Parts: sequence; C-alpha cells; structure tokens
Amino acid sequence: MPEFNFASFADFIAMGGYGFFVWLSYGGSLVALLALGWYSKRQHQQFMQEQSSRIARETRVRQQQSREQV
Amino acid sequence: MSHVVIFRATLRRELKLLARQKADWVNPLLFFIIILTLFPLGVGAKPNLLREIAPGVIWIAALLSVLLGAERQFRQDYRDGVLEQLVAARAPLLGYSLAKITAGWLGSGLPLILVSPLLILFLGLSTDALLAVVLTLLLGTPLLSLLSALGAALTLSADKGGILLALVILPLYIPLLIFASSAVEQASFGLGYQAQLAVLAAMLCVALALVPIAVQKALKLNVG
Amino acid sequence: MFKWLDPYAKPQVLFATLLWWQRGLMPLAIVVLVIGTIWGLGFTPADYQQGDSYRIIHVHVPAAIWSMGVYAWMAIAAFIALVWQVKTAQWAIGAIAPIGAVYTFIALFTGAAWGKPMWGTWWVWDARLTSELILLFLYLGVMALQNAFADRQTGDKASAVLAVVGVVNLPIIHFSVEWWNTLHQGATITKFAKPSIDPSMLWPLLICLLGFALLFGALTCLRLRTAILQHEAHRPWVRQYVEEQQNARV
Repeated sequence: MPEFNFASFADFIAMGGYGFFVWLSYGGSLVALLALGWYSKRQHQQFMQEQSSRIARETRVRQQQSREQV
Repeated sequence: MSHVVIFRATLRRELKLLARQKADWVNPLLFFIIILTLFPLGVGAKPNLLREIAPGVIWIAALLSVLLGAERQFRQDYRDGVLEQLVAARAPLLGYSLAKITAGWLGSGLPLILVSPLLILFLGLSTDALLAVVLTLLLGTPLLSLLSALGAALTLSADKGGILLALVILPLYIPLLIFASSAVEQASFGLGYQAQLAVLAAMLCVALALVPIAVQKALKLNVG
Repeated sequence: MFKWLDPYAKPQVLFATLLWWQRGLMPLAIVVLVIGTIWGLGFTPADYQQGDSYRIIHVHVPAAIWSMGVYAWMAIAAFIALVWQVKTAQWAIGAIAPIGAVYTFIALFTGAAWGKPMWGTWWVWDARLTSELILLFLYLGVMALQNAFADRQTGDKASAVLAVVGVVNLPIIHFSVEWWNTLHQGATITKFAKPSIDPSMLWPLLICLLGFALLFGALTCLRLRTAILQHEAHRPWVRQYVEEQQNARV
C-alpha cells in the first residue's frame, strides 16, 4: 500500500514550492475536460429539446387540421 | 476524353487567361516584393540581422503571395458551372487538376523565381545564398502550388474560404518552410545543403503523386 | 473480412450499441482518472531532480500520447468514410475532432506550466511542443472545414479528405520539426530530457493513460450519438426515441 507522500495537507497544496504550476496544470486540464463534457451533453440535450418541440408542434397542427375537417 | 487532351486544353486556356488578365500574376508578384520591402522597414535594416532572417522571410513571403492567388484558382470555373459540367460528363478531372496546378505555378511560382535576384539587393544575400534561394524556389514553389490547389479545392464551396484555406494549408506547409529556409541558411554560411534539397525533392515527388488525386476528390465533393 | 461490422454501419444499430458502451465507459473513465490523479499527486515520492513539479507528468504525457492516438482514430474513420462511403464514419470525424483538440490543448497547457519551473519560460520551441502546436492546427483545420459549408454533407466529406491528408503529413511534420530542433539546439535553454521513471511513479502514469483512453471512448460515444440523431432527425426511429425519452422524463 503506497503511503501518502506529504507530511500535512498544507504541504500537499504547496507541492514543494511548485504548487502553483502543479495545480494550474491539473486544474486547467480538469476545466478543459469538464467544458468538453458539458458542451457535448448540452449539444445532445439541445437536439432532444428541439425535436420535442417540433413533434409537439406537429401534433398540435395535426389536431388542429383534423378538428377543422370535422 | 483522355487525360492528356483535357490537360492540354485546360492548360492552353489558363495560359491565355494569364496573358489577358495580367493582374492574376502581377499582383502576387508585387505582394511578394512588398513583403520583402516591409521586413527591413519593420525590423531595422542592420545587414547582419537581415542576412540572418532572410531565408525565413523569403519563404514566408513566398507562401503568402501564393496563398493570395490560391482562392481564385478554381473559383471562376466553379461559379461559371464549368466544374459542374466536367463532373457531370465524368471527364477525367485528374488532367484538369494537373493543368490548373501547372498554370497556377507558372502564374505564381515562376515569377518569384525570376524576381529572386532582387533579393540580393533587398536582403543582402550572398551569391551562394542566392543560388540556394533559386534552387529551393525551383523545388519548393511547385510543392506550394500543389498544396494551395488542395486547399483551394477543399474550401471551394465553403462560406469563408480565404482564411480557412490558410488554416488548412499551414500545417502542410511547415515542413517545406523548415527545409527550404534551412537550405538557404546553410548556403549563406558557405556550407552544403544537398540534404535539404534532397528532402525537398522527395516531398515534391510524394506530393506530385498524391495531391492531384486528393484535389480531384475534393473538387468532386464540392460540386456534388 | 469486416462483414461482422456491417450492421454497425446502420445508424440505428450503432446508436443502440453506443449507448450501451457509453453507460459503461463514462463512470469507468471517471473512476480510473480519479484514482490515477490522486495516486500521482499524493502517493508517490518526489522526483530527485524536479521535486514535486514532475507530478504534472500524469496529465501531460497521457494527454500528449492520446492527442496523437485520437488523431489516428479520426484518420481511420476518415479512411473508412472515403473508401467505403460509410456515413456513420463520416459523422464520427466530427465527433472525435474536438476531443483530440482538447487533449492537444491540455498537452500544450500542462507542458507550458511544467516548462516554467523547469526551463524558466512558459514556451520553448522544442521539437515536441512545436509538433503539438501544429497538431492543434490540424485539428482546428478539420473542425473549421467541417463547419464551413452550408451543406453539412460536403463539410463532412471535405474534413474526411483533410483528415487523411493530415495523417500522411503527420510523420513528415514530426520528422521535420525534430530535425529543425536539433539544428537550432543552441537557441533553446535545455533539451527536454525524458525523465527516466521509477517504477513506483510509473503506475499512476499508466492508470491516467488508461483513464484518458476510456474518457475518449465515452465522449466519442456521446458525441457520435448526438451526430447520428442530428443526421437522422427525420427518421421514424428518432422520433420514437425522442418521444420515449420525453415520456420517461414525465
């Protein structure tokens, strides 16, 4: 079982003086990946929403037409 | 209709057009000269500095001036419907593409080669370096014409063609830039540059074999 | 030889398969990445020369490796699309490209953040970073080309051609940039030496490598599903699917 390398949590954040660069790297990568995931999910949801409205609109139009015919 | 027939017909037509619309080959040439004038004005005319940056500057100027004319290469035929007719008639587009590329080189690459002695004056190149410039231009401008034709063919029916063309061509162009400018740099130090020339020749052969086919495919899908 | 793949060329079949894969890959990818990064950040000893800054390797190297791997997959999809005219492969190009572009960006970004403490500067024109930058332009070119046409299909096909041209050019670019870099060695501060890695440090690196791969798979499934839906929007099975999802939500 590998042991935790740092003496305290403060040391973990400091990363031996390189904290800024390490956390910048990991943070930036995380942000980039989250943004990509969020954007992809949003594209999907947008399509679903648009299609739902389109189908609902078509249904309404059809109902209206059948009502008019009667 | 065979490839050779369509090649000759298209080439003859393109040369006639070049002769009549002089702007098609004069403008890129002027652009090349203007860029070479701007660099000393922008970075300062110290002879040592100019000699150092000359190889790169020449090749960047060559790229920009070829790019200037690239967009127009197939556009007229596309707009007029000539391309559509060729595709519909199942004409051998390979001959057509090769003729277009050749004419493009004659209009944009060849003038650069002929004007290159000016560079001795503008950028303070030695005669050794000038020979290297001419040789690299001889090998490199056909490659440039091939790449720019590919970019033009791909972006033919795109909305914002111009900048997109540059973005598409840029990564393809980088190896050419590296080896060509390195050859001129070596020559300016009086060293040998056969290796760079060999690589340029190899890249040209590969491009000559593969690019016209890709151009043909790109033309078809833009018209279809 | 590839007859068993034939059903997957049909959008509807592919869609169902992708959903199944996505449901498995996404949580797996997240778990693997969390394990890999936390192990790499906290549970390995510091490097002798680079101290704790070397920990950036666990995101930088996987991102760099997969930025090229993803391009290879994109080129394969493009090749299939061009040679066999498979529509779903065409759509896959647009699904994959942004993932590769983001991975390349991460490689460049973390490379710069690693470079600053190591070489004293955010950017160095060393062979690898320069090649990565050109790779980013290749991705951006494919993405831009795909979206530049009024007719979506033309854009798909054009970007397929560009992707294949790019993959032929990729080794040429690497070769030329390596060569260029060794020429101009004097200009760079230090050569980016490959850290010889201790086995204890190797494990989190490999886990992160796997994690990036799984994430690529999961995101591709999601994005390709969206692309399939968009291209097949007029089909009855899509309508049915949308209605089902709507009812499930209500």
